[in-house]
Amino acid sequence: MLVSTPSKPITTECWSCGAMRAAHYCQECGKVQPPAPVDYFSFFGLPYKLNLDTAQLERDFYALSRKLHPDINARADGREQDWSLEKTSQLNDAYRTLKDPISRTEYLLRLQGVQLEEQSKAATEEARKTGAVKKQVVPPDLLEEVFELNMQLEELRMNKKMDEDDPSLAQDIRKAKDNLIAKQSEMLSELQSAWNEWDALTERGAAGETVVENDRAAARDKMVGILNRRSYLRNLLREIDEVLES
Amino acid sequence: MATERIIGIDLGTTNSLVAYMENDRPVVIPGEDGLNLVPSVVALDERDQIIVGNAARKYLIETPERAVYSVKRLMGRGVEDIQDELKLFPFRVADDLAPGEVLRIKLGNKTYTPPEISAFILRQLKRNAERYFGAPVTKAVITVPAYFNDAQRQATKDAGRIAGLEVLRLVNEPTAASLAYGLDKKDTATVAVYDLGGGTFDISILKLHEGIFEVIATNGDTHLGGDDIDNLLIAIALDDIQGDLGMDVRRSGEAVQTIRKAVIDAKIALSSNDETTLDVVLPDGKHYQRKITREQYEQLIRPVVDRTVGPVRQAMKDGGLTAKQIDEAVLVGGSTRIPLVRTLVDKQFERTPHADLNPDEVVALGAAVQANILAGGSEATREMLLLDVTPLSLGIESLGGGVVKIIHRNSTIPESATEHFTTGVEGQTNVAIHVVQGERELAKDCRSLARFDLKGIPPMPAGLPRIEVKFLLDANGILHVSAREARSGKEAEIEVQPSYGLTDEQVEGMILESFDYAEEDFQKRQVIEARNEADTMLTALDKARKGPAWQQLTSRERSDIDKLGKALTAVAPHDDYQAIRTAIDALNQATMHLAEMMMDTAVTTALKGKTMETADVGEGPASPHPIAKAEIKS
Repeated sequence: MLVSTPSKPITTECWSCGAMRAAHYCQECGKVQPPAPVDYFSFFGLPYKLNLDTAQLERDFYALSRKLHPDINARADGREQDWSLEKTSQLNDAYRTLKDPISRTEYLLRLQGVQLEEQSKAATEEARKTGAVKKQVVPPDLLEEVFELNMQLEELRMNKKMDEDDPSLAQDIRKAKDNLIAKQSEMLSELQSAWNEWDALTERGAAGETVVENDRAAARDKMVGILNRRSYLRNLLREIDEVLES
Repeated sequence: MATERIIGIDLGTTNSLVAYMENDRPVVIPGEDGLNLVPSVVALDERDQIIVGNAARKYLIETPERAVYSVKRLMGRGVEDIQDELKLFPFRVADDLAPGEVLRIKLGNKTYTPPEISAFILRQLKRNAERYFGAPVTKAVITVPAYFNDAQRQATKDAGRIAGLEVLRLVNEPTAASLAYGLDKKDTATVAVYDLGGGTFDISILKLHEGIFEVIATNGDTHLGGDDIDNLLIAIALDDIQGDLGMDVRRSGEAVQTIRKAVIDAKIALSSNDETTLDVVLPDGKHYQRKITREQYEQLIRPVVDRTVGPVRQAMKDGGLTAKQIDEAVLVGGSTRIPLVRTLVDKQFERTPHADLNPDEVVALGAAVQANILAGGSEATREMLLLDVTPLSLGIESLGGGVVKIIHRNSTIPESATEHFTTGVEGQTNVAIHVVQGERELAKDCRSLARFDLKGIPPMPAGLPRIEVKFLLDANGILHVSAREARSGKEAEIEVQPSYGLTDEQVEGMILESFDYAEEDFQKRQVIEARNEADTMLTALDKARKGPAWQQLTSRERSDIDKLGKALTAVAPHDDYQAIRTAIDALNQATMHLAEMMMDTAVTTALKGKTMETADVGEGPASPHPIAKAEIKS
């Protein structure tokens, strides 16, 4: 289980020249080092914080690609080529996960042992895997709106089936859609404030202060809630698009 | 610095090329005939020898049952997915295919798999490069359409192995093109590459940043290209011929190929002229003509060209970009010479696309650049690095026949995903996994890649084993799978049943059959070529002895030449390349003066108004179809 201390780069000796090295390649001789099972934050030497300088992340990604990529190591021996392939796939997986704010949050929560709820991607796929019908929990503040929208969507579906045209109905649905999109961007700022709470706790922990587990749990729960509402909204928007475009 | 010679190959549907980075510039290596393009045509001649390229083209018309073209369309595909192709292309599938067996195509009375046919083309390109370098070549970068799936990529890699080439990297064609274009650019830009070739269409959007070529999104259609336009025109011609001449020539391979050739000429003419005449002399002598205007032509082909719009939009959407955010558009592939295609690209990207480099050659040039990077780089490529993506999502079939995506399209390769599986029955020791590639919701609508059988799971109560399966997409876009049981830590045994494609053993067998042991083979060919050169020289010398110039030499010169001629005659039949080469060079040196005098004599003779003896051109056997009267019997 991860705690709030910042991740540390693994430093040992280079297998090839014996110099001290950073985690991924030897600073002396440039050789790719054997892959180690690390989480994505540690891979980039980052603390477990959610506010992240993505421009710096991109620079690090490019710089590491220039050292680790199989094309750069095409003339190394077989074992080094395997490491290069393995490490570059780690690098790409880590970069892809961390550069996107949502997948970064989900990843951190999962590292924290949180099982994301019904609307989470994993749960959706799990449901699909088992063939079960996924339970959709409607966020309480959206209940009324969603109820009405669902009726309108059903009506529009029927109309389309009967080849009838009802421009005002479609217009209403589009309006509801814009409203939901606005809500979605509101959520991003809510998420931002949750990140700030989380990062502050992480910093306090790193500075040696005692962090009450309850505070951390509260910050986590807040993020889980936002993510769930967000993915609920996303599914709903997808459904609206499908009906409108059909 | 680059120390090894690694060649770059564009293995195209219609034409193939080989290129190499020479002094910081990529150059195309011509064939023996001096031409850069090697048509992707393979034929079996009367003596069952394989003929490739321009020399094979005549067989398409004369003995179509002994020739094949556009075989790239069949790479990595099963009999059931090529039914549409079979209606349009004269592929002759072997009749004795067992279920699940890799497709084989008939050439005369022999059959070959698509990778073997592609290998014949690759071997020709390899030889062209070896002749150019005077040294064996064993390593190559080969380009593939960006939208090729795992099976099509694997088949291409197999073709390389069969041809005696170690394929260091498969590079996506539009990405390769961007490397050729980006050689001089080191600034930051977003570039769209629109690649419409003979049989495939790709769109890739890249971000260029200080020498890093990062693909943002890619899309395409592996069965869309110039071939489809040809087929539309062929269909019209066939209908006309049936209507006007009352002849159904659909089943005559010879007639269809003659029409195909005429149609391609008309298509090319319509790229620069406002109208052209489709002109066909049928094998039985009847003449078919039809005038086609640019307007009619564009109306006809618009649906084909419009099929590129969907992928273009999807790629922009996936990349989160609008047309305004794209700085440059680049045209690749012969079909982008069609004005209608250019108009469409103008409109989609709201700018005039670049076509500074020859669209037929740019992919091969880019492959040469990538080959140079892999060889260690040079001054021109030092900072260059290509980060490509997978064009298709990878998923696992779930219980209900759905797909659980484990790797998403447009993510940077290499990349990996780890999934956990368990058992459903007590004591179960096997778990079957079906891996598919594609974007559809149901497994049956996606491309089946392989079925894996995880074996040797320790017997445990249902649901207890935790089998960890790791899927790794390498930098070629090819999938590798490994598995272990997490509780016991035991490596699970995986039995892979590729849905399409050759097994390792089959490929090994084909390598043996091709007798292409690079080094040995190269030396043999070198000896043969030197021997041919010696023969030509000795014949010329015999002829020269009878001419007036011979008499003008000093007796010392004559005896030197005689001595060296004899020496060459003596070594020529033996397999010592160096000895033959040395003897040729010595004789060459000694006859320099003779050659000069002969040249003078020839010029003098010509000035006196006498015609020079024409060279023996050797047109080969006369055409079996003497040109008949161009009139139509009704």
